[in-house]
Amino acid sequence: MESVVKLEVQDYHLFYGDFRALRGISVQIPAHHITAIIGPSGCGKSTFLRTFNRMNDLIPGVRVEGQATLDGQDIFEVDVVELRRLVGMVFQRPNPFPKSIFDNVAYGPRAHGVHERARLAGIVERSLRDAALWDEVKDDLGKSALALSGGQQQRLCIARALAVEPQVILMDEPASALDPIATLRIEELIQTLKQKYTIVIVTHNMQQAARASDYTAFLMMDEERAGYLVEYGPTRDIFTNPRHKQTEDYITGRFG
Amino acid sequence: MQDAGWRIEHRDRTFVLTTSNLAWRHFAQRVAFALLWLAGIMAVAVLVVVVAYVVLQGVKVINPEFLLTPPRGGLSGEGGISTTVVTTLYLVLLTISIAAPLGVGAAIYLVEYAGQMQGQGRLAYLVGVVRFGVELLAGVPSIIFGLFGYALFVTAMHLGFSLLSAALAGACLLLPVVIRASEEALRAVPRSFREGSLALGTTQWQTVWGVVVPAALPGIITSVVLSVGRVISETAVFYVTLGGSYNLPRSILSGGRSMALHLYYLAMDTRAFEKAMGTGAILIVVIVLINLIINFLSHRLAARLGGA
Repeated sequence: MESVVKLEVQDYHLFYGDFRALRGISVQIPAHHITAIIGPSGCGKSTFLRTFNRMNDLIPGVRVEGQATLDGQDIFEVDVVELRRLVGMVFQRPNPFPKSIFDNVAYGPRAHGVHERARLAGIVERSLRDAALWDEVKDDLGKSALALSGGQQQRLCIARALAVEPQVILMDEPASALDPIATLRIEELIQTLKQKYTIVIVTHNMQQAARASDYTAFLMMDEERAGYLVEYGPTRDIFTNPRHKQTEDYITGRFG
Repeated sequence: MQDAGWRIEHRDRTFVLTTSNLAWRHFAQRVAFALLWLAGIMAVAVLVVVVAYVVLQGVKVINPEFLLTPPRGGLSGEGGISTTVVTTLYLVLLTISIAAPLGVGAAIYLVEYAGQMQGQGRLAYLVGVVRFGVELLAGVPSIIFGLFGYALFVTAMHLGFSLLSAALAGACLLLPVVIRASEEALRAVPRSFREGSLALGTTQWQTVWGVVVPAALPGIITSVVLSVGRVISETAVFYVTLGGSYNLPRSILSGGRSMALHLYYLAMDTRAFEKAMGTGAILIVVIVLINLIINFLSHRLAARLGGA
């Protein structure tokens, strides 16, 4: 792998109570690239993604084994609040807060102690520009975020995540609730974001993974319904020259 | 023009009536709706008759003097109701300012924090007990709260018959109402809001205060409004904690007489039945007004928070 490792898991297992949801996953995710996680429904893609910002901590009864690191630091030893500032997340369904557009983007910075009006305004503008939403909303930042279209809401959520200056952005099927045109805009946006951020994206959509990612991890379920890693590598190799039969079957649409 | 390779044909119209009881089913439908309609009308009629009776009986005595002069006591219930209106207002403010923070706080704890106690044995059990207690308290007759308030606040704590004793006892009565309604409002806040906030690196408290509570505010306000109505109309609790003096309370340690209490005294201890009805009419109007105002405010708030 030619670039710096940003995130890494080694022999990582996750349990819901007695049920093993993820089994022995080892992956190195490079900085400033887009890494896609693909796989059939229920194989634990989202659960795996939520490892990196420890969102699984919110679910009672979850237990993990193995190592997960951010820049070589064990993420389970970092303060979880600080970890989530460094590792932002965009969810499957746009989830803007019932506040104004401005307050949505300013929410994170405010929570981290920025209250100076001019500085907040600067952060909001920069974040909205980076999320390719500024030109559409600059004249009504006071408008409720819920009045935006689905695609705009999702870009607002991306802007909200960018506003706290994360290093990694996790995206959990960020376009699955959007129409094809809005999807395309999100994909274009993700391409521009990788210059500044490391991006990990879960997707159901094979074409999306193929055209929008640099690396691809393919997860599947074993007989006990635990998710495991089948294959991981540069997206080009995964899609043109998969090493495993299962990968080939999946990407050609034979199952999943 | 269509290619010769395919075409869609019409089928002969061959449907037949397959059910013979169709007329009967239509008839049953009409009867059922007629009965339901009747039930609806009856319910509304009862309400209208009660309110109309009180208002019509009371309206004879309602005039500026009735509203603006204090009661003067006596067997014929001399004077107006001015001090009882003011006392009611004091009582509402004091009771709500005790019950609302406690109740909303307890609801936030139960919904936002206690949920994480799952699998932590004893604490989880304790939270279960609290929740059951709240359910139970909501069903306890208000005179029980009154007697409790009399025993604890009036007697044991030497607060006497006073606004403070009454407000504390009233707050006990309101707590389950506020807690349950606020819990419901908080539970209705989508999990995605909480996740969205936590994912930005906020603490749980920042999430609760910054996103969850604002989103639940219309529901929480409604619960507080319901409580205001409850305080205004409650009689049993205040009968044994507030005393009965119709003078204006000078501090939270003086006793007093709320409108509902005044109504009770007028009806039971005097011959001034019409004045009791007049007080009742004003009581109803006040409660309706409060509901209208707060409905309006919470709709405005909801629109501002969530609206287009």
